[in-house]
Amino acid sequence: MNTLTICRKELNSYFRSPIAYGVMAFFALISGYFFYVAVVYFMQMSIQSAMSGQSQPMSVNESVIRPLFSNISVIGLFVIPMITMRLFAEEKRTGTIELLITSPVTDLEIILGKWLAALGLYASILGVTVLSMATLFMYGKPDWRPVAVGYLGLLLQGGCLLAIGTFISTCTRNQIVAGVAGFSVCLMLWVLDWLSSFQDSVGAKVMAYLSVLQHFDSFSKGVLDSKDIIYYLSAIFIGLFLTARSLESLRWRA
Amino acid sequence: MIKVEGLTKRYANHVAVDNISFEVAKGQIVGFLGPNGAGKTTTMRVLTCFLPPTSGSARVGDFDVLEQPMEVKKRIGYLPEHPPLYPEMGVGEYLEFVGRIKGVPKPSLAQRVNEVAEKCSVTDVLGRLISKLSKGYRQRVGLAQAIIHNPDVLILDEPTSGLDPQQIIETRDLIKGLAGDHTIILSTHILPEVEQICEQVIIIAKGKLVATDTVSNLTSRLRGAETVAIEVMPRNGVALSAQDVQQKLERVSGVSRVLAKDARDGVIALTVESQQGQHIRPELARAVIESGWNLNELHAVGLSLEEIFLELTGAPKQDLAAPHATTIGAEGGR
Repeated sequence: MNTLTICRKELNSYFRSPIAYGVMAFFALISGYFFYVAVVYFMQMSIQSAMSGQSQPMSVNESVIRPLFSNISVIGLFVIPMITMRLFAEEKRTGTIELLITSPVTDLEIILGKWLAALGLYASILGVTVLSMATLFMYGKPDWRPVAVGYLGLLLQGGCLLAIGTFISTCTRNQIVAGVAGFSVCLMLWVLDWLSSFQDSVGAKVMAYLSVLQHFDSFSKGVLDSKDIIYYLSAIFIGLFLTARSLESLRWRA
Repeated sequence: MIKVEGLTKRYANHVAVDNISFEVAKGQIVGFLGPNGAGKTTTMRVLTCFLPPTSGSARVGDFDVLEQPMEVKKRIGYLPEHPPLYPEMGVGEYLEFVGRIKGVPKPSLAQRVNEVAEKCSVTDVLGRLISKLSKGYRQRVGLAQAIIHNPDVLILDEPTSGLDPQQIIETRDLIKGLAGDHTIILSTHILPEVEQICEQVIIIAKGKLVATDTVSNLTSRLRGAETVAIEVMPRNGVALSAQDVQQKLERVSGVSRVLAKDARDGVIALTVESQQGQHIRPELARAVIESGWNLNELHAVGLSLEEIFLELTGAPKQDLAAPHATTIGAEGGR
């Protein structure tokens, strides 16, 4: 109940500040560009394959939707710090955190409310891409199931990075610092697996496992893999758990 | 209603609140007086469950801030020094939000918002954005927020700071108007404010409780009583008991009471309070010398708090001294 109240308040303030619209516009522009590139490439390839007389038709799922999802998940890395940076940093700066903490609500309710609001904003930003997908369904016959799985993957990946971003936001009273730190962490979690592409050591494997995007691969293919779901859920849990500890430590330090 | 016992709050490298104890009865308005950095805000933050105490206890009603914080939070309305407002929200919407997280039942919420808006005279700005409000209105919205769930206890941290004189008067009247229904603790560094609003006053300085008293007692004390710190040393190696010195000094004319503070290496330190309008230092000096002791030190006790008092009460800067080292816990358990 309190969680919903806080979530609603957060969503309201997102949509009342230019943040939501700015991030949405940024996202629409870039994902639109990726969509355009993927479709144009697909058209050229299918014309070429038709001319060369290959009977095998190209799959829209394989050659448009899958790369599109991969691209969107990368854009997500850039968008998420912008969403989470203000969550707690702003409350700490203006002192409204005192209102929340001295109200009869639990820390968990505060954190969940804020995280859910961030997830809600992220989901509505992803909603922009539904337009691109709808175009594909209008002019082609892609399988809808991998699309659904892809969106689920985006939400899970987003939820996990949002949880980490929320935690980072509790560590400072400066939004910009929270944003930059969140961005660095997102970037780091992205490139962790690059080492494993040419090295086979245990360390490289561990780092690859920790990499966020690595686990999105299966979702973008339309495969539901429990290993990846578990990774994201546990990352969400860890992120929110750290947030709770950090919020608690605020009282002992403040 | 509020009971604080031996409250201490220690940070990494300094003690913000040092062994403070006081009680506030139901329905009282208590002023928390002290210079900036005295520990007022820290004490209030402990009472509102924002900060846990390092040691000691604080209870609101029947609930301890550490053991049952949820119950305490339900019973407390808190206005921090900077009103906790969300600038992007409308006033009505904000009050509704606070009402919800403070646990006002939903059916009565709209009515409650209107009630507190009326009480705090913010009805005419209910539809406006908080970011567009003047400072005075913000303060009143802050007050409205604090009373939305009709709490037993109201804690107001410098409710009049940064307001213009007209707004200060309005805010004071508003607080006085709230007195019947709530037990109120308000902090301030302005003495006249306490005189006007409060029944009782708690003075703290540098984290220590300096005095708790009724306002009338305090003001009469401020008007003319003198507190003198005195150190006496034995002469010719004759041992000296604190009791002897105390008894001797009590007999000096104009002295109302003598407190032995400390005895170290044979040096006895005492605090002497004069009666109203009496200047006792010459007599004290003579009494010590005539008893055959050495007078090590003799001075009127002064703190920065004293200067604030003197300036704000408009009293002449003479020998008047603030009540330092008087009644309760002055040396904080050392």
